[in-house]
Amino acid sequence: MTHVLEQAADVPTTGPLADALAVRHKLMDLTQASYEAALLPSDAGQVPVAIRVALACRMARICQQAGLTQHYADLLAGYGSDADLYQIAEPGNKPPASEKRLSAMVTYADLVTQRPRDATKEDIQALKEAGIEESDIVRLAGLVAFVNYQLRVAAVLSVMGKDKVGEAK
Amino acid sequence: MSRVIHKFTSRIPTWRPYITPIDFDNATPAQHEALKETPSNTKISDYVLVLAHDPESLRIRTSLFNGIMYDKGGLSRDERELGAVAASVVNRCIYCAAVHAHRYNNIVGDEKVMQDIFLRGKEADLEPRIRAILKFAMRLSECPPNVTDSDIQSLRDVGLEDQEIVDLTLSTTLFGWANRLMHTLGEPVSNL
Repeated sequence: MTHVLEQAADVPTTGPLADALAVRHKLMDLTQASYEAALLPSDAGQVPVAIRVALACRMARICQQAGLTQHYADLLAGYGSDADLYQIAEPGNKPPASEKRLSAMVTYADLVTQRPRDATKEDIQALKEAGIEESDIVRLAGLVAFVNYQLRVAAVLSVMGKDKVGEAK
Repeated sequence: MSRVIHKFTSRIPTWRPYITPIDFDNATPAQHEALKETPSNTKISDYVLVLAHDPESLRIRTSLFNGIMYDKGGLSRDERELGAVAASVVNRCIYCAAVHAHRYNNIVGDEKVMQDIFLRGKEADLEPRIRAILKFAMRLSECPPNVTDSDIQSLRDVGLEDQEIVDLTLSTTLFGWANRLMHTLGEPVSNL
């Protein structure tokens, strides 16, 4: 099974880091399975896969994770040329105000990626008021939380991997 | 009346959800399947009943959670809990911080380290290895995450092997995940 995270972090196939990850192969398999459940679920509810991928790309850019930004940008290209999606994949851009649900999802993803400590009950209330069902709020929260995990694991592995190859730059 | 808790504590509060937990008796087969295993093998809580709105993610996440925190070898149990607490402090997830400070205290048999972390965060007066782990985990939990060669080196300098660094990364980032669910989908309240 190809693992998106290790590939995006460009982890070497041999050496101490590869050995350490091999010890935790079950956990890396579950991380890949979590990626599939968060980004490409069999039941996406009312949070379409294309929007999930665009939000993931936006979060990867906010967290400055080059490998996963590339991965999500490539994945997004496979979902057609909807200008709105490309727009929300870029941090700072907001969807048109008429798109209430999408606007609320983007606002939540930004807050919980950048300043989760500041999230309150009102932020969940805002999602409900935008017409998002409770089950879809849980799906959205799960997506944002997983991608933030994935981005940080990739951040460490990419630094450790480069370090271990010992390439003089 | 229960009060919302805003300060770090190692006394475990009650978690009050903003989202209606699923009704276990009327759960779908996929939801029942996802609820067979629970985090740390505790009872089925409102938290997992909220997450069961998305059973596909929950089922995998619980196995991953238990593996990262309890699988044998590598980083010690107490240092994995330290990573969990560091993330929870940065993300101000009072509930996660309380549960994992409590577990840390039980493992090491002392409350001083956690008291100091709750009071002074990164500036806590700790022995070098604990301080290096805390600092690394807190920097990793920020947005954007801060990880450089010198961050990795700071862990090697206090004796962490690659396996331990990978394990610390997993427990810290797993809590970046857990905090973003627990702190945004509900709030900690004093026990009734």
